[in-house]
Amino acid sequence: MEEILKVEGLGKTFTLSKKQQKLEKTKDKKRIAVNDLTFTAYKGEVFGLLGPNGAGKTTTLRMLATLIKPDQGDALIDGSSVIREPEQVRSKIGFLTSELKLEQFFTPNYLYDFFSGLYGVEPEVRDERKRKMFDRFGISEFAEVKVGNLSTGMKQKVSLVISLVHDPQIIIFDEPTNGLDVITAKVVTDFLLELKKDGKSIIVSTHIFSLIEKICDRVGIIIQGKMTVCDDLKSVTGEKTLEERFFEIYEETVGEAV
Amino acid sequence: MKNSILAIIKKEFVRFFGDKRMAIITIFLPGVLIYAMYSIMGEGMMGRMTADEDYIYNISVVNMPQSIEPMMKNLPFRVESAAEVNENERAKITNKETDLLVVFPEDFDAAVAAYDMKTSGEMAPQIEMFYNSTKTESSEVYRMMTEAFDSYESTLANKFDVNGGEGVYDLASKEDETGMIFSMMLPMLLLIFLFSGCMSIAPEAIAGEKERGTIATLLVTPMKRSHLALGKIISLGVIALLSGLSSFLGTMLSLPKMMGTESGTIGADVYGVNEYMMLLFIILTTVLVMVAALSVISAYAKSVKEASTAIMPLMVIVMLVAFSSMLGSGAPTEWYWYVIPFYNSVQCMNSIFAFAVLPVNIVITLLSNLVYVLFLAAGLAKMFDSEKIMYL
Repeated sequence: MEEILKVEGLGKTFTLSKKQQKLEKTKDKKRIAVNDLTFTAYKGEVFGLLGPNGAGKTTTLRMLATLIKPDQGDALIDGSSVIREPEQVRSKIGFLTSELKLEQFFTPNYLYDFFSGLYGVEPEVRDERKRKMFDRFGISEFAEVKVGNLSTGMKQKVSLVISLVHDPQIIIFDEPTNGLDVITAKVVTDFLLELKKDGKSIIVSTHIFSLIEKICDRVGIIIQGKMTVCDDLKSVTGEKTLEERFFEIYEETVGEAV
Repeated sequence: MKNSILAIIKKEFVRFFGDKRMAIITIFLPGVLIYAMYSIMGEGMMGRMTADEDYIYNISVVNMPQSIEPMMKNLPFRVESAAEVNENERAKITNKETDLLVVFPEDFDAAVAAYDMKTSGEMAPQIEMFYNSTKTESSEVYRMMTEAFDSYESTLANKFDVNGGEGVYDLASKEDETGMIFSMMLPMLLLIFLFSGCMSIAPEAIAGEKERGTIATLLVTPMKRSHLALGKIISLGVIALLSGLSSFLGTMLSLPKMMGTESGTIGADVYGVNEYMMLLFIILTTVLVMVAALSVISAYAKSVKEASTAIMPLMVIVMLVAFSSMLGSGAPTEWYWYVIPFYNSVQCMNSIFAFAVLPVNIVITLLSNLVYVLFLAAGLAKMFDSEKIMYL
């Protein structure tokens, strides 16, 4: 199997402000968000990062997407280092999270062309790809409606489509179904499986067990910034459900039952 | 990919000009408002200083001499005779009922005829005029009568006249007069207009994008941070320039009215292509420095509101610097003054309007402004790359 993502000893520490210290009732000035994380994802698979809120999933994905810089370690995405070659990494990945917003003033059509331009997509390729994706997600009839006037679900679909304007081989998806209704969520998960069929490599983070069970080949469980288990989904769960296994692992790691 | 700078510029333009209301408010309105405001102010001031044309002045006269009476009859006066100067007559002036109270000595004509300045050791006969300076008509008639008595006095014993002919004696050229007034006023006004143009767009375009999370979407693309910074600065600069030029045009056209000289002694037409070209380059680089500085400040801010507050200190500094065009005697000639941002622009504009340009100082100003812009753009690019600034 070909390694597409290699994370080695990745670490990130945040400095807490006075206010945050008070809020979290701690005297520590530093908070280790991600602690010496090491894992590998292979070409053509869906890799899931599972963990509770605050475990460090989003921080990890942000480091992979080069939005923030790791304090320790490095990650190689298709051979490019997130620290030394962030621009190459950015051109290879499609990154989607609910924090990346689209300007309300513009139409999906305009934004698609604009971002295609930034990724250097040729106009003929762009138009063909746009038509296909807009049809696939039912955006066509809203193509000239300003993003600000679209429904939440439609906005999410437009964001998804625009994060893939350059047809990336690696897709990093933070909480793909968060805040979506069941129908839109299904559209998104189905699409992820479709992408996998096309041979793309996908990294998702989530705290939803069923999503992992449905789409992931391998899973890494992060608890308190550390990778506790990382293996094939089957090897992780064994005879039990993912949910049961997760709580066992959580208890072993944290030392107390939930 | 140089294209990404263009893509950003194009996007900002589509954003700005696509929103008709915003474009009108930022570009069209300032010039029109300034033109209207200055014109009205100018006319209002003129109106306050001159009385109505068909106004009849109320005048009280004590001891009207025969020699003066015919002169008074020819003027638009309603003349009343008063017996003597008393509190009552004075109160009428204070209460603005009467415009002027003229008091002649008894036997004025005889006293004037008898008086000889050389031989008599006494004071000349006195005419007293009481008026009220807070009433326009009263001041006006006071001025008229003073002039009339002066000329009457010189007809009594005319030895020589000064500037008695019909000729024009003030030989200052239109260039000089315009230069004097424009070089004082315009650099100050221009700098302030340009700055407020920048202020109305930069926080929105940088801090606003940060606040709404749309800048992060740009930052995950492979575009270089420096391209994003330059694209933003150039596009915002052009928009701010348009806004500033609109204000400038409004000012240029209405300033003659504001100064109350519609007779054509001052006007923007005295400047040639050279002056306007130099001015344009100075303004262009100044706007870029302003936009770059405001962008850096806005990038630090978490929200548009915070950005608007954070740029206040810079605004105060720019205002003070702008005021320097009103002070002193023209632009300094030493080159080193022209590396100080904003001050260099004000003084260059001052020298251009006053026809006192030193080309080397213009060049130093343009170059140092460009250096500042590049420096600030590099800083902005660094900030775009900083997770602490962009995502906290």
